[in-house]
Amino acid sequence: MMVNENPKTPNMQGLICPLPHTQSETVVIGHGSGGSMTRDLIQNIFQSRIGNDALAEGNDAARLHFAELGGQVAISTDSHVVSPLFFPGGDIGRLAVAGTVNDVAMLGARPTFLTAGFILEEGFPIKSLIQIIDSISKTCQEAQVQIIAGDTKVVEKGKADGLFINTAGFGLIPEGRQIGGQFAQPGDAVLLSGSLGEHAIAVLQARGELGFDSGIQSDVAPLNHMIADLLDNVPNVHVLRDPTRGGLATSLNEIACQSEVSIHLQEDQIPILPNVRIACEMLGFDPLYLANEGKVIVILPEEFVDIALNSLRQSPYGAMATRIGTISQKNPGQVLLHTAFGSTRMLSMLSGEILPRIC
Amino acid sequence: MPTESGMPGFLSGYRDADRVKKVIEQIHQITNQTWTLMEICGGQTHAIMQFGLDQLFPEKIELVHGPGCPVCVTALELIDQALWIAQQANVIFTSFGDMLRVPGSTGNLFSVRASGGQVRVVYSPMDAVKIAQENPEKEVVFFAIGFETTAPANAMAVLQAEKMGLQNFSILPANVCVPPAMHAILSSPANRIQGFLAAGHVCAVMGYWEYPPIAKQYQTPMVVTGFEPLDLVRGVYKTIGMLEEGRVDVENAYPRAVTFEGNQVAQSLIMQVFEPVDRNWRGIGTIPKSGYGLQENYQGFDATHRFDAGNIQTAESELCIAGQVLQGIKKPVECPAFGSLCTPQSPLGAPMVSAEGACAAYYQYKRET
Repeated sequence: MMVNENPKTPNMQGLICPLPHTQSETVVIGHGSGGSMTRDLIQNIFQSRIGNDALAEGNDAARLHFAELGGQVAISTDSHVVSPLFFPGGDIGRLAVAGTVNDVAMLGARPTFLTAGFILEEGFPIKSLIQIIDSISKTCQEAQVQIIAGDTKVVEKGKADGLFINTAGFGLIPEGRQIGGQFAQPGDAVLLSGSLGEHAIAVLQARGELGFDSGIQSDVAPLNHMIADLLDNVPNVHVLRDPTRGGLATSLNEIACQSEVSIHLQEDQIPILPNVRIACEMLGFDPLYLANEGKVIVILPEEFVDIALNSLRQSPYGAMATRIGTISQKNPGQVLLHTAFGSTRMLSMLSGEILPRIC
Repeated sequence: MPTESGMPGFLSGYRDADRVKKVIEQIHQITNQTWTLMEICGGQTHAIMQFGLDQLFPEKIELVHGPGCPVCVTALELIDQALWIAQQANVIFTSFGDMLRVPGSTGNLFSVRASGGQVRVVYSPMDAVKIAQENPEKEVVFFAIGFETTAPANAMAVLQAEKMGLQNFSILPANVCVPPAMHAILSSPANRIQGFLAAGHVCAVMGYWEYPPIAKQYQTPMVVTGFEPLDLVRGVYKTIGMLEEGRVDVENAYPRAVTFEGNQVAQSLIMQVFEPVDRNWRGIGTIPKSGYGLQENYQGFDATHRFDAGNIQTAESELCIAGQVLQGIKKPVECPAFGSLCTPQSPLGAPMVSAEGACAAYYQYKRET
């Protein structure tokens, strides 16, 4: 390394590798991407210090045994910091309820109760707060859950961005149900309940970052009824996972690692709305990495594919449900995408933050 | 829906598997000898990997990946300069998003932002002009990187700022040009390239009138090529066709976007504001007249004149073989740091940073295959 001899410039000596990695001294935006930086942060900072069996399962919700309740419960928590608070198709309130309801439902549990904590910034309009609470109420009615405990804190102007909401959710797991990212089996089929990327594009739209009107609405929705119906029809589902931050690609990579299997996808079977595809082309995004808030990945034995698809398609949130792939034993931990041209490529986990292509 | 020329009318048609497979079959039929082609543009490298097209070509065809990623070739001293400017208290530093992660000698624009610098991502240099208008008390600097594709918009931003009388807007000129890089690659003693897929978007702006003399001088056929799978396989088909026939010419396989003359309004904007200057390409070295600097009467908009970053001493990673990758001499997987010490999360060199960088494309799509 050369020595910096100019006193006017900052010290140019030191690390060659400049990017905050696990050895980062500060938190960076990429740590919240939901991809491998988030995973590393959780493993290295959180799990190594506050780890336990429930956390180690690595699912969206924890599965706990309560003998006195006669079975298992699922508990999950999720903080919501979306900006802006209102976007086409939803708002932070609907997101806060649906996000937690879905996380609980992904273990096959029936979500019943939520808690909600609000961090409000001084100066936040009461009118907006009412709008958001009304939206929470409406979404709770739809999902048939109740908010049974809450908390409110106000911080000085400039110490938060309007409003943050944390919700936690609780639900009973019916007897004998074993659903989780670790249960995918070779030979299983991979289903997806609908098209990808709408939530992320709708939020970008609301931020004014698109520069055009995509007409895309967020897919944010509570999926618990659709999932309950599915599990009534097909009791032996192995995996349920909602592909939120990091998108389908990241969720499937997590499952491939948890279950020690490989996942083979048919690229031309993955549903993506034309306007989402166009927005992605213009901005340089891959829709397989974009966040969804109303979609579920279902992994189950081959023989139940038709009945499961029929069940999902009965719900307005599953109308476009389709099969996208298969689980295999070879190359555990990998997700492979088979293109319509006959080629195959790796689908890796989202690494850091998503950035637009520049030319 | 096919148009009169027999080309598909919509983007999806350029991804039609049957059409693509048919052209690939034709490539197999005409390929007898061993050929090494270079796709100039990082967008093409990315698309080839994303669609796995390289797996479908005959083994006799080797594709090497060119230096056509502006993020990758932007010189380290320019990035260090950008980092220094972005750290100044009164500055809003604006940049395309990809540049934020590119490692300088120490740190990157993300780390400048994390330590309090005002670094903003913009999608167009005109957004930077707008920020300058809205923040008259701040110095707003735009990192004007890119090939001939971004140069017209960068020129437009300068003209717009002049028209609006903005005293607080400047650009850090970093534009580079493709033809001098082609000269540099083809005249190198290590050159293995026998045919070029010319970068379609650059040609959409510049046309391809600059290319016939280069093709002739180095006896290397070139085909202007687009970015969709059908565009790419057609570009390869035409290039192999010329090579097998022993013919040297420049052909256009991207006629829906490119004419011989190019976009003359855009070219005259470039000529009005910029002039060719020698430029250092990261990993390659200085290529004569390969960049755009501001002409004398626009130098008031040159950030290097407004900010004296002094004599910056740069320090490049000793492990990184980016230079050889960018010249097509080595493949990313031949780098000892690839995928271990060097990943998109902690890149040692710029080709691992940008989505269009060859190393990032290999990392994302080809690690295990």
